[in-house]
Amino acid sequence: MEFGLSLEQRQFDDSLRSFLKDRLPMDRLRALAEPGMGFDPSLWNGLAELGLHGLIVPERFGGAGLGILDAAVAAEALGNAAAPVPFAGSLVMAPLAFIDSATEAQQDEYLPGIASGEIRVAVAFSGFGGQTGTARASLEDGRLSGRITGVMDAASATHFLVYLPDGHAAVVAADATGVSTKVNRSIDRTRPMTDVTFDAAPAERLGAANAPLVAAQTVLDAGRVVLAADTMGAAQHMLDAAVAFAKERVQFGRVIGSFQGVKYMLSDCVTVLEPCRGMVWYAAHAQDAIQDEARLTACHTKAHLAEVARDVARITTEAHGGMGFTDLLGLHYWFKRIMFNRQVLGGPERCREEAAQLQGWTLHA
Amino acid sequence: MDLALSEEYQALQAEIRAFIATHGHKSPKVGGGRKRPDQKTLDWQKLLVEHGYAGRTIPQEYGGFGAKPDVMASAVIAGEFGRANVYAGLTNQGISMLVPTLLEVGTDEQKKAYVGPTIRGDIIWCQGYSEPGNGSDLANAQTKAELKDGFWVVNGQKIWTSSAHYADMMFLLCRTEPEKSKHEGLSYLLLSMNSPGLDRRPLKTMTGRSEFNEVFFTDVKVPETQIVLGRGKGWYVANVTLKHERLMIGDAGKMTARLEQLIKLLQKSEIDGVPLIRISEYRDRLLRLQGEVIAWKAHNLRLLTEAAQDVDSGVKRMIVKYGGTMLGFRLSSLAVDALGAAGLPYESAGEDAEDDDATTWNIDYMYDVGLMIGGGSNNIQKNIIGERGLDLPREPKVQGTVAIGRG
Repeated sequence: MEFGLSLEQRQFDDSLRSFLKDRLPMDRLRALAEPGMGFDPSLWNGLAELGLHGLIVPERFGGAGLGILDAAVAAEALGNAAAPVPFAGSLVMAPLAFIDSATEAQQDEYLPGIASGEIRVAVAFSGFGGQTGTARASLEDGRLSGRITGVMDAASATHFLVYLPDGHAAVVAADATGVSTKVNRSIDRTRPMTDVTFDAAPAERLGAANAPLVAAQTVLDAGRVVLAADTMGAAQHMLDAAVAFAKERVQFGRVIGSFQGVKYMLSDCVTVLEPCRGMVWYAAHAQDAIQDEARLTACHTKAHLAEVARDVARITTEAHGGMGFTDLLGLHYWFKRIMFNRQVLGGPERCREEAAQLQGWTLHA
Repeated sequence: MDLALSEEYQALQAEIRAFIATHGHKSPKVGGGRKRPDQKTLDWQKLLVEHGYAGRTIPQEYGGFGAKPDVMASAVIAGEFGRANVYAGLTNQGISMLVPTLLEVGTDEQKKAYVGPTIRGDIIWCQGYSEPGNGSDLANAQTKAELKDGFWVVNGQKIWTSSAHYADMMFLLCRTEPEKSKHEGLSYLLLSMNSPGLDRRPLKTMTGRSEFNEVFFTDVKVPETQIVLGRGKGWYVANVTLKHERLMIGDAGKMTARLEQLIKLLQKSEIDGVPLIRISEYRDRLLRLQGEVIAWKAHNLRLLTEAAQDVDSGVKRMIVKYGGTMLGFRLSSLAVDALGAAGLPYESAGEDAEDDDATTWNIDYMYDVGLMIGGGSNNIQKNIIGERGLDLPREPKVQGTVAIGRG
């Protein structure tokens, strides 16, 4: 038994983090956050060179053929840097959907482009995603109609993958007739929310889903775990920043980290946050290798990280005093990243309720 | 990432499962705090020692199983007993502290006399460390012992002495060389709790039981040979003992077992005919706790992996006591809320009988508070996490004091 990251995973993590540190200093992050489109071509192309795009795409389609644990490692690094990259949707959920549910021909058509970064698919869930907002879509005779609000990772999308109420998914080009989009800057300026309307847009159903609802849940679970990993990275950034600040800031002739009031706030944060890293790894590994526990751990991990990170975000902001509340330090980018991750693909209440259903604890189970 | 057990540990796992299937019904009840083991517990303990699930690494010549130390094997054992909600054997200060100390620095006579009976539960020990004037500042012990006619004559007082009211023996830190420096003037003695002149006064705690005591010594005579390692070596021996304070690796198993009991309780308990697990307010609390337990289980796997690789886990290890006791308290909090008014009748059955379920949960609930205070209080833990884990500066020292954090 060995519970931890492999040498290759640690090396990948290191190279990703040093790339992001180099390419995304605070002034660059600010510049990208102002338009708030969640996408930067030069950052995107640079990440392609590190192999981020093809991470979970099978090797025969030009990818690395890795798993959700590797995706979680990447997501933690991206969250740690508050990187405006459409990772969860376009590089994890979409390729996973094509791997699990598409025909060979569809895989040939899309997966190599996903791995190279030319095709960016935004994933839109209808009802069962557990997100507030409008989500209805129907497919008739190869024509998609409906309206879905709050699609993440969609501002730069070349395609939409729209989940239908029966669990089947339909792929449609973003520039097809009948597709209109409205990109809204979100509270998290590193990731917008897109509203999309389909008016008899030409669409193609992924043709190989035997149990479509199960397949859709698999994609949703992977997305939830990856967002939890992103939250882990963001919360860790905030804690590290608060610890560094507490070692420098002097009041009453002492650095404030020597006051037990401040020290205990930060000790509380690390005590609740550190076990979350193992939880994310475990849930990610469960998606790859422990089928029985995959759904339950995905629901719980999305919910638990949201709750812990809310506390960590609040406490670490407080530890910075007035500076934490200003725009000057930029700490709020991570605060808002955590806010965003909490609400998309199902908030903690919804995820826990799903966990209850899985265990037969609800009236309608 | 590889969660599969190797063949060696799979075999151990299968062996334990077979053992539990055959013998599990003889297990005493899990939980409920500390008391003198009853006959059922003693019989169970002997069975565990025989099969190597207790005293596993103790040499056979001293009554143990003689296996080599193996953190993974210990975790497999703890995991299987926890999963089955079967009593995993005695944990007390004799077993976890005195036995490893004697094995390291005791004489052959001392090992032969005490190790076997202690791991079987026949001799219960208490630890004579804390005094009214020194809790954390252990080396400042003032209880003194003078050598007269082949006996150490002990005078003084100890306090917070867990289990002293039912213990058979004490390992005592006392001052034998008053002319020497603070640390070099101490010795480590082993004495009978039935010695004339020794007076134990139980401190009744909020559970209604007496988990601690004050112990008074008036000319208590201890045979000269009952010293460990020699005169003035007490501080060294006490540190050997502290070194053996076990990393709380088995605890996730205990939490899992407790969560399982809690789930059953919420399925069984009803208000107006509706099981609590179907009432969203109770259910959501349970789900939040389930999420936390999953997180701590994963954290434990990380610690276990690092321990097996001989890696120092640093802050990851330092958070275990604080985080674990807080989660334990919230688990028992939901249990007492699920029991509700029907759980309020409370009679602790004393030392020779098993308590009913409600009393056991109530004792756990209160005992968890005690655990936050004892063994390095949670505020001390937060100092350790902050100062050693996050490298934050210490509080400015008041002149002339030395703080010893007992993590």
